[in-house]
Amino acid sequence: MTITNTTTAGSGTVEHLDRGPLSMGELAAVIAGDIPAGVYVNLGIGQPTRIADHLSAEQGIVLHTENGMLGMGPAAQGDEIDPDLTNAGKVPVTELPGAAYFHHADSFAMMRGGHLDVCVLGAYQVAANGDLANWHTGRSDDIPAVGGAMDLAIGAKSVFIMMTLFAKDGSPKLVPGCTYPLTGVGCVSRVYTDHGVFEVGPDRRQNVSVIATYGISVSALRSRLDVRLAEA
Amino acid sequence: MSRTELLETADEAVAGIEDGATILVGGFGLAGMPFDLIDALIRQGAKDLMIVANNAGNGEVGLAALLKAGRVRKVLCSFPRQSDSWVFDELYRAGKVELEVVPQGNLAERMRAAGAGIGAFFCPTAVGTPLAEGKETRMIDGREYVLEYPIKGDYALIAAHRADRLGNLVYRMTARNFGPVMATAGTTTIVQVSEVVDTGTLDPEAVVTPSIYVDRVVQVDARHYTVQGAR
Repeated sequence: MTITNTTTAGSGTVEHLDRGPLSMGELAAVIAGDIPAGVYVNLGIGQPTRIADHLSAEQGIVLHTENGMLGMGPAAQGDEIDPDLTNAGKVPVTELPGAAYFHHADSFAMMRGGHLDVCVLGAYQVAANGDLANWHTGRSDDIPAVGGAMDLAIGAKSVFIMMTLFAKDGSPKLVPGCTYPLTGVGCVSRVYTDHGVFEVGPDRRQNVSVIATYGISVSALRSRLDVRLAEA
Repeated sequence: MSRTELLETADEAVAGIEDGATILVGGFGLAGMPFDLIDALIRQGAKDLMIVANNAGNGEVGLAALLKAGRVRKVLCSFPRQSDSWVFDELYRAGKVELEVVPQGNLAERMRAAGAGIGAFFCPTAVGTPLAEGKETRMIDGREYVLEYPIKGDYALIAAHRADRLGNLVYRMTARNFGPVMATAGTTTIVQVSEVVDTGTLDPEAVVTPSIYVDRVVQVDARHYTVQGAR
């Protein structure tokens, strides 16, 4: 099926009620369609890396991977697999013409220095003020692992989140305040979920706009989320 | 810095590493992991080591093998948990190894600072998070920063692709990762390479790690592994 791009803030919330929630693959396609042409993008690890499959050559987007590369290509297949060439999730990938390699200090200078336009990260929780929690559940039996998440969260000009809106136990992951340990303060711009797309207000004051919904109405979302939702 | 020694074996290359040493270990997952140097270090026997690396071992090789041999007191890294980090996970849950988690960019920049003679630096990463707790902060131009100190190694063990006989290094693809930074931050930097070439045959414009940072070089056959279950 075809997913139309979400509309931008100010032109009204789009409710997609004739369908169910987005699959993760469909969500990846929606995010890919919203990434502006010609920008430098980091897709983190895990689910957001699927966005790369939906980027078109015409978009002219250059992918950055934290382990020291710009111009990352698709996942390597068969004979293309080279253990010296992986993405941040350690998955073998390929290089595109114009690729560049650099060491780790340079790679993270690109983030902190404000050179990276967009990053897309997963999340345990996002707060209505843009706080992000995605590295540690805080449980005593959990082994914490932050990787590059904190550097990306405060470094990229726009931080997009790709996640399910509800945890497996049904609790919302878009929350009034994060209860999990924070990755970054007030750093999230947009939250892309299976049930809807949300924009955090520029003032980071608990002001969340609903850009689009999938398989659920805005009023139903209001009843399931403990966050104040404004229509776009 | 004295001139780089070219050694015949990995065992000679890791000779003299003391118990309790802080060792910077290159690699991101298994790309750029100095497998032969670590195997030699296991044979050499140094224990009670403090390891600084991006991960805490993958599978049963490289850093994971060193952990499994019981030689590591503490791991300072950014990302210990992985699909194939079972060796570390088990040791950590049994209380047999300490862990300090550092954001990956801070790990790199703190080693860069050590190698560049910087006393400390203010960094925006981790502000307002548990990883900045207890650290000095400062507002600079309206933004909050955390004071971060250098991480210096007694030794750096890294893998590069090619060295010349002077010790200039070039790397290969994303196996470069922490190598160039760790090379500057190790008091003694030990490098395994797949190939040693005559001095004068590396393009000086393409040298990534100049020989001044390199103390010992050993040529080994390249061994490659990929992380199992990576996604």
